[in-house]
Amino acid sequence: MDPRVLDQFLFIALPYVCLFTFFLMTIYRYRTEKFSYSSLSSQFLENKQHFWAVVPFHYGILAVTLGHFIAFLVPRTVLAWNSHPLRLYILEISALAFGLLTLIGLISIVMRRGSFSKIREVTTTTDWILFALLIVQTVFGISIAVIYPWGSSWFATVLSPYLWSIFLLNPDISYLAGSPLLVRSHIVLAFLIIGFFPFTRLVHLLVVPNPYLWRKVQVVRWYGNK
Amino acid sequence: MQVRSQVSMVFHLDKCIGCHTCSVACKNIWTDRKGAEYMWWNNVETKPGTGFPTKWEDQDKYKGGFELTDNGKLNIKSTSKTKIIPNIFHNPHMPTMDDYYEPWTYDYQNLFNAPEGPVQPTAKPISMIDGKDIDIQSGPNWDDDLGGSPIYAENDPNLKGLTEQQKHELSAIERLVFFYFPRICNHCLNPCCVASCPSGALYKRGEDGIVLIDQQRCRAWRSCVAACPYKKTYFNWFTGKSEKCILCFPRLETGQAPACFHSCVGRIRYLGVLLYDADRLEEVAKLPDEELVEGHRSLILDPFDPQVIAEARKNGISEAVLESAQNSPVYKFVKVWKIALPPHIEYRTLPMLFYVPPMSPVQASKPEDTIKHNSDNLFHDIDDSRVPMRFLANLFGAGHEGGVRYALSKQKAVRWHRRAETVGDVDRETADRILREANCSREEAEAIYELTTLCKFEDRFVIPPMHREQAIEMMKDPYEHKKEVGFGFVSGPARGL
Ligand code: HEM
Ligand code: SF4
Ligand code: SF4
Repeated sequence: MDPRVLDQFLFIALPYVCLFTFFLMTIYRYRTEKFSYSSLSSQFLENKQHFWAVVPFHYGILAVTLGHFIAFLVPRTVLAWNSHPLRLYILEISALAFGLLTLIGLISIVMRRGSFSKIREVTTTTDWILFALLIVQTVFGISIAVIYPWGSSWFATVLSPYLWSIFLLNPDISYLAGSPLLVRSHIVLAFLIIGFFPFTRLVHLLVVPNPYLWRKVQVVRWYGNK
Repeated sequence: MQVRSQVSMVFHLDKCIGCHTCSVACKNIWTDRKGAEYMWWNNVETKPGTGFPTKWEDQDKYKGGFELTDNGKLNIKSTSKTKIIPNIFHNPHMPTMDDYYEPWTYDYQNLFNAPEGPVQPTAKPISMIDGKDIDIQSGPNWDDDLGGSPIYAENDPNLKGLTEQQKHELSAIERLVFFYFPRICNHCLNPCCVASCPSGALYKRGEDGIVLIDQQRCRAWRSCVAACPYKKTYFNWFTGKSEKCILCFPRLETGQAPACFHSCVGRIRYLGVLLYDADRLEEVAKLPDEELVEGHRSLILDPFDPQVIAEARKNGISEAVLESAQNSPVYKFVKVWKIALPPHIEYRTLPMLFYVPPMSPVQASKPEDTIKHNSDNLFHDIDDSRVPMRFLANLFGAGHEGGVRYALSKQKAVRWHRRAETVGDVDRETADRILREANCSREEAEAIYELTTLCKFEDRFVIPPMHREQAIEMMKDPYEHKKEVGFGFVSGPARGL
C-alpha cells in the first residue's frame, strides 16, 4: 500500500472517526444511560492497596494530561518558558517523573485487580482492555521522553500545529513528516483511546464534581417551582 | 421565620422486643439485590453493643458528622471542602466491607450433587461476592442479645465516662441488662451526607424533608458514606452508587406507613409531621453540646400558633399538611411531653427520628446466695436502673443527663399513676406527688399512657397527603409520569463499563 494512503488513514481518517465517536457516544450515553456514569470505586471491597494504586496513578495522569493540553493550547508560551535551559530541564524532568508515577500507578492498579478475587468480580473485560491500552500508551510516552528528549519543545512546533489542523477541520499531516515511529504510534494510540473512551469507565472524568466548592452546603429540591 | 414541614419519627424503646421484623420487611422490599446484600437500611442493635457497622459511634475512627471548630465554624469531619480534592481518589475515612460483614449464602447444590460417601454432605458457606468458600467472621445482628459480652457490650462507645465499677456491674451476671436500639436514617435537618456530596446527588425533599440520593447523579465519590455519623448511607459495591433509606416514600405518597413502621410487632414506631423554622438551623447546629437537645427542640414550631400557621401558609404548606401537623403523635412525644430525644445530637446533623429512652429493671446484687433487688420499691428510683443514666445520656443527650432524667421520670410517673388507677396497691397521693415531681399532670399521664399502649394504626401514623401528585397534569403527561416515579428513570440501573 502507498505509505501516503496509510498516513492519511492513520492521521486524518482515524482521528476524525475517533473524535466523532467520542463526542457522539459520550453524549448519547449520558442521555440514555446516565446511571452508568460513575467512577465505579472499588475502595469498599479493598482499602489497603487501593491508596497506593489509585492515588499515584491519578496524580500522574492528571499532571501528564494537563501538560499535553497546555502544550496543545499555548505552544508559544511553552517555547518561551523553555528558552531558558534550566527551566527546560525542570519541565522535562517533572514530566518524566509524572509519567513514571502514572506507570507505577497503573501497574499497581492491575496487580491489585488481579490479586483480589473480590476486586476481580467488579472488573470487566472493558477494564482489562483499557488498562492494557493505558499501559502501552504510558510506556510509549515515557520511551519518547527518554529517547527523543526536549519533547516539550518539539511538541509545540510539530504536534501542536498538526493537532490544531485537525481541530480546525483543515488537516495537514506534513508537520508529521519525519517524526519517528514511536511518536506516530503514540499519536495513533491516543486517538484510539479517545474513541474507546465513551465505552469505558473513563467517562467519570467528564462528571468530575465542579460546583461543590462554591455551592450551598445543603441541597434542597422542591417538587414544584420554589 | 421560614416554616417547613418534615415527616418525623418516634421510636419508643420501652416497647421494642428486638424481633427484627422491621429489618426483614425492609430487606425484602428494598435491599434484596446484588450489591445491596449487606445493607440494612433498618437494623436493630443490642445496647450495650458495638452495633452495625462495628463501633459506628466511635467517631475517632469513622470521623462522621460535623465538628465545631474553634472559630465557630461547622466542619464536616471526614472531608471538608478543601480536603475533598485529595480525598476524592481515596477516602481515608471510608468504612469497608470488613466493618459491616461479607454477605454469604450456602452451597445448597452440594446437598444434591455430592457423591455418595460415608458422611452426610453439607452446604458450605460461600461468599456472595466472589463465590469462594468463606470463613464467616461477622454477620447481620452478630452481637444480638449479647449484653455483658466482653467482645461486644464492653466495647460500646457509649460506655465513655462510666466509672469502672459501673462498667463492671454491666457485665456481672446478676445485673446483666440490654435493650434494643432500632435504627433507620434519621432524615436529618442538617444532613452531613448531603453536605458532603461533591456531585450534589444527595438532597432533602423540600415538602417533606425526606433525604434521598439521586441515583443518576451519584458518581461513587463515596463522601456520604464517610460523612454520615449514623452510617446510614451504604455503598453498593456492584452498581457503584451509594444508597440509603428512602423512608418508603412511594408508600408514603400513597398513604401507607413505611414498611418497617407498618410491620413493627412491638408497635414502637410513630410517624407524623413536625413544622420547624429553617432559618434557625445553622444557629442551632452550632450550639454548645449541653444546649443542643433544647435547641433542637426549640426549632420545632407549635402548629396551633396562628403566627406559625400564617407563615406556613405563606411558605406554601397546604392546609392538609397543617392539619396533619396538629394531629402528629411525634409532636406530642417530642415537644409537648418532651419524652422523646434525638440520638447522638452531638454529631450536629439534627436528626428527625426521636427515641423514648427505655426503662430498665432495678439493680440487683448477690450479697449471699440469693439475688436481692437493691430497691424494695415497686417502681424503683430511676438512678437504680440497671442501664446507667450516664450510658443513656451518652446516647440521647450528648453526654448530659438532664433530658434523659426528665423523660425517664415522666415515664415512671405514668406507671405510678396507672398503678394507682387500676390496681390500687399504691396510694393516690404518692402517685400525685411523683407526677408533680415529674412535671406531669394526670391528664398528660393519661394521654401518654393512651398513645403508648392503646394506640391504633391511625394514632401512630398520621401521614400527610404528600403533594407529589399535585397538579401533575399541568406539567407532564400523567402516563409518562407514571413510568418514571420511584427511582425516576426508565433505563435499568445497570452497572457501567
Ligand atoms: C480530576 C479528575 C479525576 C477524578 C476526580 C477521578 C476520580 C476517580 C475515582 C474516584 C476513581 C475510583 C477509584 C476507586 O475508588 O476505586 C477513579 C478510577 C479510575 N480513574 Fe479517575 N479520576 C479523574 C481523572 C482520571 C483520568 C484523567 C484518567 C485517565 C485517563 C482516569 C482513569 C481512571 C481509571 C483507569 C480508574 C480505575 C482505577 C482502578 O482500577 O481502581 N481518571 N477515578
Ligand atoms: S442519618 Fe445520615 S444518611 Fe440519614 S440524613 Fe442524617 S446524615 Fe444523612
Ligand atoms: S419490628 Fe418493632 S419491635 Fe420488632 S425489632 Fe423492629 S422496632 Fe423492635
